[in-house]
Amino acid sequence: MTHDTQAIIRNGLWQNNQALVALLGLCPLLAVSNTVINSLGLGIATTLTLVLSNGLVSSVRRYILPEIRLPLFVLMIAGIVTIIELLMNAWFYELYKTLGIFIPLIVTNCAIIGRAEVFASKNRILPSLLDGLAMGVGFSFALLLLGAFREVLGAGTLLSQAELLFGEGAKNWQINLLDDYSGMLLALLPPGAFIALGLLIAAKNAFAIKSKNARNAHEIT
Amino acid sequence: MQFSTSCSPFIPANTSVQRVMRQVLIALIPALASMFWLFGYTILLQLLLASSTALLAESACLWLRKRPIKAHLLDFSALITAALLALAIPTIAPWWISVSGTLFAIIIAKQVYGGLGYNPFNPAMAGYVFLIISFPQQMTTWQTPYTFLPLLDSLNLIFLDLSTWDGLSSATVLDSIKTAKASGLSLTDMSVSPLFGLIAGRGWEFISLAYLVGGLWLLYRKIISWHIPVAVLVGLGIPASIDSLVNAPLASSPLFHMLSGASICGAFFIATDPVSAASSTTGRLCYGALIGLLIYIIRSWGGYPDAIAFAVLLANLAAPGIDVYTRPKLSL
Repeated sequence: MTHDTQAIIRNGLWQNNQALVALLGLCPLLAVSNTVINSLGLGIATTLTLVLSNGLVSSVRRYILPEIRLPLFVLMIAGIVTIIELLMNAWFYELYKTLGIFIPLIVTNCAIIGRAEVFASKNRILPSLLDGLAMGVGFSFALLLLGAFREVLGAGTLLSQAELLFGEGAKNWQINLLDDYSGMLLALLPPGAFIALGLLIAAKNAFAIKSKNARNAHEIT
Repeated sequence: MQFSTSCSPFIPANTSVQRVMRQVLIALIPALASMFWLFGYTILLQLLLASSTALLAESACLWLRKRPIKAHLLDFSALITAALLALAIPTIAPWWISVSGTLFAIIIAKQVYGGLGYNPFNPAMAGYVFLIISFPQQMTTWQTPYTFLPLLDSLNLIFLDLSTWDGLSSATVLDSIKTAKASGLSLTDMSVSPLFGLIAGRGWEFISLAYLVGGLWLLYRKIISWHIPVAVLVGLGIPASIDSLVNAPLASSPLFHMLSGASICGAFFIATDPVSAASSTTGRLCYGALIGLLIYIIRSWGGYPDAIAFAVLLANLAAPGIDVYTRPKLSL
């Protein structure tokens, strides 16, 4: 693995995590992250979109006039999202219904056009695909954490409605953490999403500072 | 270090945060006493739970933030938050209600923003809103006044189980008026209900009067100025008077509005929080009137039984804006 590849992966997953550092694509992130399964569904769809759009933008980057690049990016992303929406409609119909408007809204996720503009339009296809994957996985990681946090606090369950994504066999995957938990409504409502994201970002920053301090101390000794 | 000023435009004032907060705690005693008389040991247990949680959470946060723990604990601000919250939640709420509410108030609404002096929202009310949004069922089950509970029963109730105590709880008047209005009953039909006392809710009116005594004590000791409480009550009173004149038999009187729910407590103890309120004199009048108006609006058309907490938080949001537009002009 070359140094470059490592940097792309580290950027996507951690250093420039689209949800926790760049704070892009917050609308779907906050709206859909009320259960783990919803988060996972949206995470996969977003990752797929990111990989495909990065690849497409990178492959046609020589033919795009810089003056009209943004509308072209939007067109390409919209096309890809439409394909993914139709695929989900065909294969994961229940999840498609649950996520509702947020699948077409992936088009407006700033993280995707951001990566097209910053990375894919300036790099070759393979690194662009990798960047899309790393950014998508990083975004999904934040989504999953947020979804798990909100589902555990809000409803006291984990992996409820897994059958939406994994078929009928997954119906009994749901884990009830407490038997008579009456639920904390706030965590499931929009303000809970904001508070949880704030805490998540704070935790990420605290962790980053701590590891940086540890590294500095290590270098000095 | 004490700076003393010697000549005229200055008025020496012996105000420290600790002194102010101690006076506020003293001023809460009448309300606490009246609630003890009406509800029994449950209120004391809630107060104890909230205060100890607040002190622990505050110390933990200060320790994490590497701040002097003792100095900050002794300014009593955490205790005020805990006391206001404990007085605001239903006395028979299970123990985790007051604990989680206080944790939210101290950690999220106060320390995360940088501690006392930096919190844009009133911590006690933020904690209350957290609770009523998260646990609406527990937060609207109030103990019926004049059901004095001895210590052992109170312990049982708060720490063990609520379900065996059905006869103990009832709706508050604000709640029942809302349902009565929905079913077309007039207020005169309502006032024969056993929930009603002389003016407002049976028993509840005395709690409001006790808060009024405490509030007047704060005014007398010059801990708060008259602007905010008066503006809140006027802001609530004017729309209530208009309503009671226009829809005479159906609407509740302005006096009823002031003595039900937490209007008086909100006007004197919560809206006057110096950190989250507007600061200029005109600003305070606007801020108070805004709270009063919001209380009326949310009570009349909102989905929750009482409105003080939401009104105060919304006005907290508006306070910096109010300060900008009401800045005293310098005449040069």
